Amino acid sequence: MTPRRITLPAARHALVLGGAFLMAYPLLWLIAGSFRPPSELGDPGLGVQRPTLDNYIQGWTALGPPFSTFFINSALICTLAVLGNLFSCSLAAFAFARLNFPLRRVMLGLTLGAIMLPYQVTIVPQYVLFHQLGWINTFLPLVVPKFLAVDAFFVFLLVQFIRTIPRELDEAAAIDGCGPFRLFYLIILPLITPALATTAVFTFIWTYNDFFGQLLYLNGIDHFTVPVALRTFLDTSGVSAPGQLFAMSFLALIPVLGFFVAFQRLLLEGISTTGLRG
Amino acid sequence: MSIGTAGTGVAAPIGVRSHFRAIAGRRGVRQNLVAYAFLAPWLAGFFGLTLGPTLASLYLSFTRFDLLSDPRWIGADNYSGLLADERWLASVRVTLAYVSLEVPLKLGFALLIAMLLNRGLRAMSLYRAIYYVPSLLGGSVAIAILWRQIFGGDGLLNQFLHLLGVGRAPTWIVDPSYVLYTLVLLGVWQFGSPMVIFLAGLRQIPRELYEAATVDGAGRLTRFRYVTLPLLTPIIFFNLVLQLIHSFHAFTPAFIISNGTGGPVDRTLFYTLYLYQQGFAHLKMGYAAAMAWVLLVAVALFTAVAFATSRYWVFYQDRQA
Repeated sequence: MTPRRITLPAARHALVLGGAFLMAYPLLWLIAGSFRPPSELGDPGLGVQRPTLDNYIQGWTALGPPFSTFFINSALICTLAVLGNLFSCSLAAFAFARLNFPLRRVMLGLTLGAIMLPYQVTIVPQYVLFHQLGWINTFLPLVVPKFLAVDAFFVFLLVQFIRTIPRELDEAAAIDGCGPFRLFYLIILPLITPALATTAVFTFIWTYNDFFGQLLYLNGIDHFTVPVALRTFLDTSGVSAPGQLFAMSFLALIPVLGFFVAFQRLLLEGISTTGLRG
Repeated sequence: MSIGTAGTGVAAPIGVRSHFRAIAGRRGVRQNLVAYAFLAPWLAGFFGLTLGPTLASLYLSFTRFDLLSDPRWIGADNYSGLLADERWLASVRVTLAYVSLEVPLKLGFALLIAMLLNRGLRAMSLYRAIYYVPSLLGGSVAIAILWRQIFGGDGLLNQFLHLLGVGRAPTWIVDPSYVLYTLVLLGVWQFGSPMVIFLAGLRQIPRELYEAATVDGAGRLTRFRYVTLPLLTPIIFFNLVLQLIHSFHAFTPAFIISNGTGGPVDRTLFYTLYLYQQGFAHLKMGYAAAMAWVLLVAVALFTAVAFATSRYWVFYQDRQA
């Protein structure tokens, strides 16, 4: 081996390692900061001299209602959103991929168009609608749309996935006396579980991180979700208590980090095959 | 194709045939009903929450509307008002500056790191995970808060600069000349998802092409320029469109870093943030609807331009004669 051959891969590895460290540093610094007493908060390093849990204990109840309230609200909204998307998007996708009905192609085209539509275009009339229904400061505006397959992206993803399933299966099922409902429930649904899992994981993460919608529709502190609560925390006491802000921010990141660790393969494959953004 | 029409092609005596057709017709109706039953949630959602509101917002954009009283028709006043609105113009400038910096930098880093990771490094999947995680977290309020702490007056960056002996560093998030760059940096930090897409694309490039190029005496750069880059153009295009749309829609970081004001001096007034202020803080909902429609047209135009120019630079292998 020539020296050149040894050094180039080594240099490349060093570059990748250094880059990864740089990428992770802000997060590591956040975690370190959450365990620091106020006197240590000016430390740019990652070490903690006198670790403390005070930030967590004081931050947890700093807004009045404990953060558990906000986590429960977020969990409730996310769970319902996931169930809603799984239910409505798979039903619609099955119809688009497997059933014949007038205007099928037109409607599928409209679904594609809806993916490109900026959400700001619909937000004002939607707000007016939910206002008239008396749904402001409830979870309904954040949950009901999911049961109506408004996330066109997932409809499209599931349509593409169902299309890869051979039609011979449908025909065999029909000969055995399966109607469309049983075909959907017994044959198609079990076969598209990978795509359903992708839908579920991304719906969870996007709903959990969605600040705009929750800021818009939730205005009583008892209904606050984690992002809205964090924002309020920042406005009220956060600037004077950065340690507590660090602690609550880190807690807020844990559900998504946990999902990533648990579903890493699914997420990365979902991204590479469909271009889902994180 | 479907069960209901399967019998119609069979030669049969006329009476039997029309009998079949009648059944097929009835089955057709039933089939449509079944299909619409499956589609019922989608139909309600699409007409009630997507198409309906889209048209309603077009109508509202020609009215003055504050949610409490009925909308009043004012013609194109909202649209002409936009052009006379200094803050609207500022929000357009800020958004264009942000998009035109963030998207190319993000894609550049994504491609660079994907190239480095693609060479069969040990622990490659661990690195991929570390580079990818920020793109899952980056849009959250928690990370925007972290960013404030990094670029604040006595934040992480300035603590480092202090260690390096830099005496007076700016407070990046309140300094009008720097604040937008902190947001760009936050966007670029999330290059992980286009990177993963690039990695998948790089793996599709046949090894034989590189071997053939090497035999022909091509060096590293030549191989990149004449093998990797052309074969990757469809992926670059895909990532470009995706990130353009994503970048135009950024909201949370600007809202958190500026406390919802878009300041200092409107330097973080993203289009989406200004729309939120007008529509939901000042209840000028007609004006916000007009802004949304301008955004819709702008995003559509950008996407259309990307698609139109794609035939000159995007190389699809299956279209090669």
